[in-house]
Amino acid sequence: MVERLNPIVDGITKAFQLIFSGDPTVYGIAYRSLFFSGTAAVLAILWGTPIAMLLSLKDFPGKSLVKGFFTSLIGMPTVALGLILFLLFSKDGPLGFLQLLYTPGGVILGEAILVTPLIISIAVNAIESVDHEIMNLAETLGASESQAYIAVLKEAANGVIFSGLACFNRAFAELGVALIVGGSIVARVGGTDVLTTDISMYIARGNFSMAIALAMILLVIVFGINLIILIAKNPKAIITWGKMPQ
Amino acid sequence: MAVLAELKNLTKYYGPRMVLNHISMQVYEGEILALLGPNGSGKTTLLKVLAFLLKPDAGETKFQGEIVDEKNSERMRLQSTLVFQRNLLFNTTVFNNVAYGLRVRRVPKIEIATKVTEALKIVKLIGFEKRSAKKLSGGEQQRVALARALVLNTKLLLLDEPMANLDPKNASILEEVIVTANRELKTTIVLATHNMFEAKTMPHRIALINDGRITEVGSSADIFGRLSKNLASFAAVDNTFNGTAKITEAGTSIVDVGNGILIEAAFQRQDETSVFISPQDIILSKRSLESSARNVFRGRITQISDLGSLVKLTVNVGKLFVVQITKRSFSEMDLNLGDEVFIAFKASSVQML
Repeated sequence: MVERLNPIVDGITKAFQLIFSGDPTVYGIAYRSLFFSGTAAVLAILWGTPIAMLLSLKDFPGKSLVKGFFTSLIGMPTVALGLILFLLFSKDGPLGFLQLLYTPGGVILGEAILVTPLIISIAVNAIESVDHEIMNLAETLGASESQAYIAVLKEAANGVIFSGLACFNRAFAELGVALIVGGSIVARVGGTDVLTTDISMYIARGNFSMAIALAMILLVIVFGINLIILIAKNPKAIITWGKMPQ
Repeated sequence: MAVLAELKNLTKYYGPRMVLNHISMQVYEGEILALLGPNGSGKTTLLKVLAFLLKPDAGETKFQGEIVDEKNSERMRLQSTLVFQRNLLFNTTVFNNVAYGLRVRRVPKIEIATKVTEALKIVKLIGFEKRSAKKLSGGEQQRVALARALVLNTKLLLLDEPMANLDPKNASILEEVIVTANRELKTTIVLATHNMFEAKTMPHRIALINDGRITEVGSSADIFGRLSKNLASFAAVDNTFNGTAKITEAGTSIVDVGNGILIEAAFQRQDETSVFISPQDIILSKRSLESSARNVFRGRITQISDLGSLVKLTVNVGKLFVVQITKRSFSEMDLNLGDEVFIAFKASSVQML
């Protein structure tokens, strides 16, 4: 048993060494992952929020179907989306002229498309939970229709921000799109490898210490973001945490 | 008096239900007009039409002589403001709530600060600027909502049940503000209420509304003085009773309202009459009290409603009386549904309708 654990223990020990020594490879990959996923989340918020507002505040035929469609896309397998985008962006594909395949831009766009249904669903819930009279309130105070929409959005701001963080988490932790669309190219400039693809690669190579180091960074960031969401939703939980109930 | 707003043959449906049924009425400049009617009579819908938030399904709306339609409703809304019955506030500070309409109108920052301060002074909320609006008490929130409307100084101010769910102190402040706004700023005010006492004291004119129809319009003295049948039909209004009055030797009247309930009133009246007792004027106790109150009845609590800082109780003494007490009194007295209680009120609290 001890012999079987040795490579794991060895791996964890070396992983800590890599992290605390500030290994440039490790941190380079981490930074690239943060950049790709962060940009993807921002893009998704930019085009997803107006769609969410439309679905929440306007009535039109087929509205429930459209909402259901976006909700169902949340569970889209990342490899399936990766394959679809690969076929679209490939040299012979309809969007091949964009030359996005195996580029950072392609990875970012792919991840943004992946997380868009998520942001729409969460943002729709957030906006729909705003008092439905807020629109009327803003309008009776002199707001135009678009100003009234902004007033509603401001009331739903917390929910929309949380949806952005949830998107970032999803993009950060996905593998399929980054691997298939990005190709996991290891390069200083124009590289497309991210934490998830490199974890997969290092495991395949038997370099467990690198894989573990990257996985630890991935987990710290993902859990860290969830902790931030939790604290932001209920700041008092931190103040009372650890206090014995009276 | 000049006509500020006019409704002609207005009809509005919510789905298959007709909420406003061929309503025609005028609102004159500078008046306080009360829309008096029971819950569900169409008051709120009518206010929303006057606020240009709702488009009627048929009929015509005019404001300052101009027909209001989809093309100009946004511009018209700058002239009319509605204060909702529910405390509808933005999730921000009191200052930002009150300043919202001014910012939308692109009023300069310095001017906004001055106007917001003046508005908060009127509603007696100076010093509350930085407080979170949603964390205020119900009465304070209602005053913020009123300040937010007053600061815009629109030609028409619409108030939906402004005094509902307010304790006497806040209700009194609000009433003073409304009357001052009308007198000093010459603001035309239309207020919707189901409370006859409110409708009697503040407005210049009253429009009775029931089942989406305006049944009667007249001055306060007119409507209440000649014992309007339409008014008496508002059986759903709290503490209103029809009965037969007899003058006593002491110079008061005993009004028999049925079920063995005889109400002594400090006015002299013979024959058919309608009386009203404000819920705030009724004392509730667990034991019979020795007091100057001429009217004391024993009954049981049949309904309890939480109104924030106040509690509304319905007591069945043979007739249903609505009593309003503070939440503190309610918990100190440890009142529950079905409890036997006594209600008492003075003869002078009985108002003749």
